[in-house]
Amino acid sequence: MLWLIPALPLAAVLLNLLVGGRLGRKGVGWLACGAVGLAFLVALRAVLRLAALPEAQRTVTDTVYTWMRVGDFSADVSFLLDPLSAVMALVVTGVGFLIHVYSTGYMAHDASYRRFFLYLNLFMFAMLTLVMADNFLLMFVGWEGVGLCSYLLIGFWYTRPSAAEAGKKAFIVNRIGDVGFILGMLILFAWGGSLNYARLFAVAPHVFAVGSTVITTATLLLFLGATGKSAQLPLYTWLPDAMEGPTPVSALIHAATMVTAGVYMVARTHVLFQLAPVSLQTVAWIGAATAVFAASIGLAQNDIKRVLAYSTVSQLGYMFMACGVGAFTAGIFHLMTHAFFKALLFLGAGSVIHALSDEQDLRRMGGLAPRLPWTHATMLVATLAIAGIPPFAGFFSKDEILSSAFASGNTAVWILGLAGVVMTAFYMFRLYILAFRGQPRLSHEAEHHLHESPPSMIVPLAVLAALSVLGGLVGPPMQEGGHAFARWLAPVFAGGEHAAAAHHAVPMAVEWGLIALSVVVALAGIGLAFRVYLQDPGAATRLRERLSGLHRTLLHKYWVDELYDATAVRFVHGTARSFWRFWDTKVVDGAVNGVGYVFEGFSAVLRLFQTGFVGTYALFFTLGVAALFLHLLRH
Amino acid sequence: MSKRTREFYALLLALESGMIGTFLSLDLLLFYVFWEAMLIPMYLLIGAWGGERRIYAAVKFFLYTMAGSVLMLVAILWLYFLQKTHTGVATFDLDAFYALPIAPATQLWLFLAFAVAFAIKVPMFPFHTWLPDAHVEAPTAGSVILAAVLLKMGTYGFVRFAIPLFPQAATQLTPWIAGLALVGIIYGALVSMVQPDLKKLVAYSSVSHLGFCMLGLVAMNPQGFAGSMMQMLSHGVSTGALFLLVGVVYERRHTRLIADFGGLWKPLPVYASIFLVVMLSSIGLPGTNGFVGEFLVLLGAFRAQPVWAVLAATGVILSACYMLWMFQRVMFGPVTHPENEKLVDLSFRERLVFAPLLVLIFWMGVMPQPFLDRMQPALDRVITLHHERAAFSVAGAPAAGAGPRAIITLPVGGGAR
Repeated sequence: MLWLIPALPLAAVLLNLLVGGRLGRKGVGWLACGAVGLAFLVALRAVLRLAALPEAQRTVTDTVYTWMRVGDFSADVSFLLDPLSAVMALVVTGVGFLIHVYSTGYMAHDASYRRFFLYLNLFMFAMLTLVMADNFLLMFVGWEGVGLCSYLLIGFWYTRPSAAEAGKKAFIVNRIGDVGFILGMLILFAWGGSLNYARLFAVAPHVFAVGSTVITTATLLLFLGATGKSAQLPLYTWLPDAMEGPTPVSALIHAATMVTAGVYMVARTHVLFQLAPVSLQTVAWIGAATAVFAASIGLAQNDIKRVLAYSTVSQLGYMFMACGVGAFTAGIFHLMTHAFFKALLFLGAGSVIHALSDEQDLRRMGGLAPRLPWTHATMLVATLAIAGIPPFAGFFSKDEILSSAFASGNTAVWILGLAGVVMTAFYMFRLYILAFRGQPRLSHEAEHHLHESPPSMIVPLAVLAALSVLGGLVGPPMQEGGHAFARWLAPVFAGGEHAAAAHHAVPMAVEWGLIALSVVVALAGIGLAFRVYLQDPGAATRLRERLSGLHRTLLHKYWVDELYDATAVRFVHGTARSFWRFWDTKVVDGAVNGVGYVFEGFSAVLRLFQTGFVGTYALFFTLGVAALFLHLLRH
Repeated sequence: MSKRTREFYALLLALESGMIGTFLSLDLLLFYVFWEAMLIPMYLLIGAWGGERRIYAAVKFFLYTMAGSVLMLVAILWLYFLQKTHTGVATFDLDAFYALPIAPATQLWLFLAFAVAFAIKVPMFPFHTWLPDAHVEAPTAGSVILAAVLLKMGTYGFVRFAIPLFPQAATQLTPWIAGLALVGIIYGALVSMVQPDLKKLVAYSSVSHLGFCMLGLVAMNPQGFAGSMMQMLSHGVSTGALFLLVGVVYERRHTRLIADFGGLWKPLPVYASIFLVVMLSSIGLPGTNGFVGEFLVLLGAFRAQPVWAVLAATGVILSACYMLWMFQRVMFGPVTHPENEKLVDLSFRERLVFAPLLVLIFWMGVMPQPFLDRMQPALDRVITLHHERAAFSVAGAPAAGAGPRAIITLPVGGGAR
């Protein structure tokens, strides 16, 4: 019955298409939320039953039918529930349900209410297919499916040219990654003979030598797909622009679920990545570099959603960093806690934007704490969680990543991670202070309409806040035999976690030291933010002036978009134009028409002989006879 | 279609008979007759009901295709006399020709004669320039048939005739055909990207898609063949639907220029939604028909020669570029031309036309196995024939893959090598 989990949202899509017009707003909202809520319950039941099984047997598959079979190639529509996909399915349906409920409030006044929930449910279907597929090809269905929904939802307000542009950009950048995914699949099938996880992972150690070119190429190509979907260097540029979409979309797709698909994929294929040390190194480095790079851009952004977008890119970097040093459990752990607190941050930001009549600029906010008490309280919880302050959820997962990085011996990556922590704490508290503390800087219009959000939006915020506080407790550090979350995932990552094993080899004192260090670093970032943005009103301006070059670079996001436009986009466009204008019109078609002209030319010459005058013909006749005589006379 | 309805439908039916005959003939002479006969109604359809440059387009279409077919006729006659001297039986029966041993040098010439005729029809780069002209000038119904069925006569010709009849020549020329197919995929997509005219954009996208078909064929393995056939079918559905969709707005606005549209989603939500689905099928989104063929072709190509798959995969990115950019300019943004605000959405009749196409798009994408199963025996036979005949008279034949060599040698077989 596993197929029921993705099928429920799909059924809601079809029902919405067929009878949605007659259901009215309320009915559409109930249908959409109900389907996802039900999917959550079904998933929960399945997971509980999975947990009841002995540890070694915690893999359930459900084959629906054979999708395609040609020669020795075959791929099934088949779903898999194991501890890893169980975590993903619960996070996706659980957080997804809360965001659906929130959307009924947030989108209440939108003209295209029905279309919104249609896309949102379609997304749930695709995302659940992605995480529950038992083979690469079906995962790819979900993989491109979520990309499509992302495209549709970013461009949801399609009359805005910037939204349409952002949607297209997201799809095309993701497609570049997807080509990597496809080519990776081709290699895996050509050598491994199957795209089914279980079969492929079983033969992988025998077919691929450790560190061989083949497996390194294959995993790097898969990782290229992950950098597209999960917005890592160099394919991250679409995610900040994706903020053009409605805020619940940013929370669901561009923070909690879809963008984590790349992390999930790397964790899912950890068997392959562990055969390719170079690929794992690459993952770690790209992750660490992205974590710092995106965090630095986040320092200077003024749009509340863009700060959060760069923060998401940065946090995803941490997840990849974890995978790269072999700590897949830590990566998935952070994926889960991040889903809670980042969804909360976006929904909170949405609540702020909603309250301020669509104001997104941090410079025109401030002093909102007393006016939006619920939003403020929940946002504060999420901000503390992402900054890594104990005992909030983010602390546990981030700490685990950092100590794994340290334990793996990759000190440079660890230092980058630590640098990211201080930046994260700083930009998040900058956001918090600019929005909720200090003097109000609202426009008159916004001030007038200022109101706390309706219960449909506040309740999801409260639930996510609770999860952001408690979610980390499943994975406290320094547990004998690993913490509860690690033990749950152990059957999936069994035997694979070199780094995690090394992690436990780190002495207790060092471990405490690492924890203290990361907390101190986070507190330093927070303190700095309070100092600059709250206590000393002129400090921010002075800092900006003193570092004007750096500030401009960060504000313009290192001009990476401009660089891509000037090189890749212009190159493709220019080539296309010259292919058409010159090659196609002049050369290829010119040759075709040229053949025509040659024949026309011949006939034009030959036509001269066909004058129609008897005199001319008589002349040719006489000349011919004379020539014949001459010829005969010479012999 | 309002003027000269009677003649229009008569010609349309004649065209359909010609095409059905072409696909059903297992006798080379009969095949040739249908192949040529089908030109006449198409020529008249473009010439009489077409757009402004219809005469140029019709003549170009006719002469270009004709030039190719004449070579094929010569090759057919050659085969006939070869058969007669070899066995003493005077027949054009295809099965008899399948059993005929042909010297490699002769094979090369005969294959080329067939291949040029088929390549023009496909159309393969660089024989494609008649296609945009014919598409742009043809009436909507003509464009649909042209794209959906007529082009497939070329690829079908390769599968049914050129490859199994002349296996060694086919193997020998594989690198060249694959090269042209790859150029077609990338070149067609790039040229498509910068077209200002919707019909031309779709026409060039056909060049790109048919490149995938040809690449799958020359991969000469089960996945490549099946993928190629699926790609032919799904290209017929999705590109046919695209031409119908362009026809819908052309009927309303009498223009096909992308610049004349913009923001159409607002006045035409149903139309835009259908367009979206068809576009996604055209760019090969998994779950739609386009993906099955494209993926199998890539799989087959990769096993034959990894570089082919790598190059062809760029077509996956480029197709998203040209289609999405077009969709953005036509459907999204504010309505830029006031006359577009009053456009009427699809009528019940029009919706009825698209319904079966949408069903096919998802059916072939979600459950392709019934389609694959039905074509499997015929494709297996072609592959077996190809291998048997290639082995039958190998002496002196050049080794397979005389062109660019595989960068990596694959341990899992399944190719022609």
